[in-house]
Amino acid sequence: MEIHYLTAHQLKDRLEKRQISCTEIVKSIYLRIEEVEDRLNSYIRLEKESALSRAGQIDKLISAGSDIEDFMGIPVAIKDNICTKNITTTCASRILENYIPIYNATVIDRLESRNYILAGKANMDEFAMGSSNENSYFGTVKNPWDTDRVPGGSSGGPAACVAAGEAACSLGSDTGGSIRQPASLCGVVGFKPTYGMVSRYGLVAFASSLDQIGPITRDVEDCAAMLNIICGHDRKDSTSINVEVPDYKSFLKADIKDMRIGVPKELMVEGIDREVKEAVYRIIKLAEDIGGIVEEISLPSLEYALSVYYIIAPSEASSNLSRFDGVRYGYRNVEAESLREMYRRSRVEGFGDEVKRRIIIGTYCLSAGYYDEYYEKAQRVRTLIIGDFKKAFEKFDVLISPTSPTTAFKIGEKIEDPLTMYLSDICTIPVNLAGLPAISIPAGLSGSKLPIGLQIIGNVLREDNVLKVAYSLEKVIGFTGRPGL
Amino acid sequence: MKNEYEPVIGLETHVELYTNTKMFCGCRLSFGEEKNIYTCPVCLGHPGSLPVINKKAIEYAAKIALALNCKIRKYTIFHRKNYFYPDMPKNYQISQYDLPLGVGGYLDIDIGSYIRRVGITRVHMEEDTGKLLHKGITGRISESEASIVDFNRAGTPLIEVVTEPDIRSPEEAKEYMIVLRNLILFLDVSDCSMEEGSLRCDANVSVRKTGEDKIGTKTEIKNLNSFKFLQKGLEYEVKRQIKVLEAGGGIIQQTRHYDSKTGTTKVLRSKEEAHDYRYFPEPDLVPIYIEDKMIEDIRKTIPELPSAKAKRFEKQYGLPKYDSSFLANNKSLADYFEQCCRHYNNAKNIAKWIMGDFSALLNKEKMTIKDSRVTPENLCKMLEIIDKGKINYKIAKSVFEEMFSTGKNPQKIIEDRGLEQISDEGLLEAVIEEVIKDNPGPVKQFKEGKDKAIGFLIGRVMAKTKGKANPGMVNEIIIKKLS
Ligand SMILES: [Zn+2]
Repeated sequence: MEIHYLTAHQLKDRLEKRQISCTEIVKSIYLRIEEVEDRLNSYIRLEKESALSRAGQIDKLISAGSDIEDFMGIPVAIKDNICTKNITTTCASRILENYIPIYNATVIDRLESRNYILAGKANMDEFAMGSSNENSYFGTVKNPWDTDRVPGGSSGGPAACVAAGEAACSLGSDTGGSIRQPASLCGVVGFKPTYGMVSRYGLVAFASSLDQIGPITRDVEDCAAMLNIICGHDRKDSTSINVEVPDYKSFLKADIKDMRIGVPKELMVEGIDREVKEAVYRIIKLAEDIGGIVEEISLPSLEYALSVYYIIAPSEASSNLSRFDGVRYGYRNVEAESLREMYRRSRVEGFGDEVKRRIIIGTYCLSAGYYDEYYEKAQRVRTLIIGDFKKAFEKFDVLISPTSPTTAFKIGEKIEDPLTMYLSDICTIPVNLAGLPAISIPAGLSGSKLPIGLQIIGNVLREDNVLKVAYSLEKVIGFTGRPGL
Repeated sequence: MKNEYEPVIGLETHVELYTNTKMFCGCRLSFGEEKNIYTCPVCLGHPGSLPVINKKAIEYAAKIALALNCKIRKYTIFHRKNYFYPDMPKNYQISQYDLPLGVGGYLDIDIGSYIRRVGITRVHMEEDTGKLLHKGITGRISESEASIVDFNRAGTPLIEVVTEPDIRSPEEAKEYMIVLRNLILFLDVSDCSMEEGSLRCDANVSVRKTGEDKIGTKTEIKNLNSFKFLQKGLEYEVKRQIKVLEAGGGIIQQTRHYDSKTGTTKVLRSKEEAHDYRYFPEPDLVPIYIEDKMIEDIRKTIPELPSAKAKRFEKQYGLPKYDSSFLANNKSLADYFEQCCRHYNNAKNIAKWIMGDFSALLNKEKMTIKDSRVTPENLCKMLEIIDKGKINYKIAKSVFEEMFSTGKNPQKIIEDRGLEQISDEGLLEAVIEEVIKDNPGPVKQFKEGKDKAIGFLIGRVMAKTKGKANPGMVNEIIIKKLS
């Protein structure tokens, strides 16, 4: 297989056996980038020179006899809303086009301590708002399986570059499905950990109570290895959970005998493509074949998840994004003659349409007289959703559903119709509202050769169950498809 | 006419806490150094940065709340207060809203003839903003050529103390502020410097006909940042409101700004222009649970407060009420006084010196007693020397001045300068006889019954002895000799 399609653990294996050098890995990834990036636009910024010089240093370490840890010398793409010190972090927005962070996100510090290699900053929907990656100031990302189609969003770049061999793996962020939905549409693995398991310090906030960083990889094993590095308490993030971090790789066992798997019927109804549903049923059958106990279950409050999400997320966003005002950093309109005008014009010119739409919705929902009716009520319903999941997990170890109701749709198909676009995340949003861990793994291809994703949801802090089921099903599904790029 | 109206005043006071670090990051607090040096991604509001609560600030805030007789909430959270202004790095302030740390307290204000109990609605925590410096003639943002933002202050822990509308006169308001400031100084959690802006005050004011229960429409007055401005600003506003009502008008709910130059209040914004702060729970922070044990531990750190101290001084040292509160209201004076009491047993004498000559010198030099070079031991030594009749008050005053400027021991000063009082009868008699001989005029006057003349003769004796003669003895000897 081409080097650029090897997983991180396969690369590690070859590094250990001295069959390959870091420099060769980085060179082959960049060759691939040069080959396909024009067609994909996965990256906002490439770090070729620093990656090559870093690779050279790591090769020296290895020849000096250094132990080879997971992701040492492995090129990783980082979504451009995760702060990298001295390297632009734009959130795919004009307002941060030239913003250079003065510090590293905690996840970046952790990866650096493992000697990872930053391949580049990956494209995304502006401020992680979107499901198609069409809302980027730096242009739409194309789906490697069909470049007329979207890669999903908001982590469209991180998913597309992993699918196309432009990076071994990537880090994305997931607020309502932004890791899992593009992973599903691009035929790769995407994991959103339990809220609080990964520090948000240095992740540019969209909706603080929902955002979570997670890996996008080519298989479940790489995913578990990445969780080992990025999970864990961080005192710089007050919402980070202080629990002992297990060895996630220890859950990679192909055994789901007697595990109880629930299928929420609210996630299998109208709006879900026939082919997607069929794929899920096919996998249910496979799961039963290897000893899993599968049953349908109802979580009635999920019906309201989308409405709750589109109140809470924009409300928090409207406040989180108010710091982008042209005063201290980022885009500033210099013609403005008063403070108010500078604020207004900097923000009008700096933000894209979808971001403005959500700021307006959020500002409205928090306004005096509307707060109780919207934000407060949404929080109450959110509690109901959490309660429904809690009940479900008394009976089940994991829940499964489609990740996305459809396969990748055409660029431009939904962009004029935000409400239809919002439905793309109907299966993933409830998971963020309840703070649960969930993964999307490739479930097969549709008739038109587009990837379908399966979502596996676990209870709070039960990443172990999610990984076990994902690893077992990955084995029996045996997905080996590669985009014909 | 004026007596028909009664002011109804509530105060909102902001106090900067002097913790080692800021409210939500590890930056040091600044005291007017170079601009923007005590900053980090958090207090600059950089993308991706997150706040972490400073536990010390919670302790300090709880200490204040407890000293104000508030109940401490066991469950308290932070909210975001959203509004745009360049001194606010995130364009929202992390503050508290409907679940403040302390609620339902009171503070008693001794006005002299009565005690006013002022209800404390709430004590809550928040972060301070940065400082704006406007370049231009007027110093206003709208008219400046450019503005500079200094974020050194951004994120400094603040508490806000909100009172019930229980205050009934500008004078009471001023007294409340004095007592509150004192109380916080005693708690040692803020320097409460009004000049430096670590203590700031806004007021809500309305007036009503005396005897009415209903509270009238109020205005909010900003920028009442000294005791004097607080009283003057409120006096102006109360008069203004009465005038409007007397003329048959109505009070408009608005925010007004006190202009200390003209002594008037001017409209800042109307009710319609008031901000909608869109408060919502801060999602970057988790709720704070305060256990009973923590409250008890904090309560133990609260020292004896001024009112209790004053009562104790009256009882323990037999000081008059005025002297007791004078000393008890200033922690460093009170501590100094009590240290002196350990060395010397006439507390009234100590109080007299501290409140008299000592305070006068401190005021003149703009110093506090803590910075003074006079140790309690040396002050007591001087008082003993006076008691023994070795120096008189006039000499003592000059000795004390030298102690004050040099920190020297009084005995040493007296010896070095040869100031010891002459109480030797023989010596004094010789000088007095000389004076009587040299001043036949006054002597004659005295003998004719003009008592005043003795003053002149004593003055002459003092001049000849360079002030060292024991004045009581001189007086006695002259009378004896001339009668
Ligand atoms: Zn700071």
